Amino acid sequence: MHSAPSVRTLVLVWLTLTIMTIVTFEVSKIEMGEWNIVVALLIAFFKMMLVILIFMNVRSESPLTKLFVGAGFFWMVLLLGQVAIDYISRSWMPEGKMW
Amino acid sequence: MADHSSAVAEHNPNLRHHFDTMEQQFDSATLGMWVFLLTEIMFFGGMFCAYMIYRNMYPAAFASTSKHMEPFWGATNTLVLIVSSLTMALAVRAARLGQQKALQILLLLTIFFGLCFLGVKGVEYHQHWVDKNVPLIAGHWDYSNSEEFPNQAQYAKQAQILFCFYFFMTGFHALHMVVGVALMLTIFFMARRGKFNASYFTPVEISGLYWHFVDIVWIFLFPLLYLIGRTKEMM
Repeated sequence: MHSAPSVRTLVLVWLTLTIMTIVTFEVSKIEMGEWNIVVALLIAFFKMMLVILIFMNVRSESPLTKLFVGAGFFWMVLLLGQVAIDYISRSWMPEGKMW
Repeated sequence: MADHSSAVAEHNPNLRHHFDTMEQQFDSATLGMWVFLLTEIMFFGGMFCAYMIYRNMYPAAFASTSKHMEPFWGATNTLVLIVSSLTMALAVRAARLGQQKALQILLLLTIFFGLCFLGVKGVEYHQHWVDKNVPLIAGHWDYSNSEEFPNQAQYAKQAQILFCFYFFMTGFHALHMVVGVALMLTIFFMARRGKFNASYFTPVEISGLYWHFVDIVWIFLFPLLYLIGRTKEMM
């Protein structure tokens, strides 16, 4: 079966996730206007990729499984993207600003 | 188990008859689990999408609700879940290598951290209950002005929607945690009865996938519910 990540790799990923959690906690105290949400979500995305690729070991799964995981991403992009486009283009947002 | 024909020299007792090899069986199980997780992504994705819309519709009201969240508890719970993901990943590794004792200890640690998470969540829910921030329950919703949070009464109706999002999203997440803990207990008792070995550990692997998925949902809930709007002053 596929190779298991080494203990060293797993602990390093855990350390990175912990550090990123502290970073996102501290950065959220700084006023950056709309960039607060962008930074917070980018950090969350980075953490998610680490969990998926290393902890869930998708890195060494079969191509078919990778395709399915990718389909999940694609579906989320469709859902959030298309809905956001609809709301923005129709000016349905009363206060006009994103976030 | 049916009588094995001598034609199959080394038939693994855990290999179901409709699979050719253990490898194929393992890949099928993993793929099947991912298909289930995709339906979970759709389930939570719908809530995230609705949240995005309402967050944009009522930004000021949302900024006022952020003041009632305690980012410290949110961050603590994030760290707790990340540790539980580490012990889970190590448990899967131990199962792969056939280390039975390590597998059982790591599963118990995972269960312990899962319960810690639920405990902290309980403390938070209790605080919202005391602060009268629970919408839809008579006597536990009061969003009038207070010394601490002035001018919030004008957002009372919109804030109610946003607290509903908070309770539904964290509530469904907590429900997934409860299911996860029950799942880990099952796996633990299976491990104790010696069900797993280095050639067969599929249940450990796919339960691990579920556990990590629930962790990922929280990784997004934490910044969206606790961190955004922290710097915003009350209007």
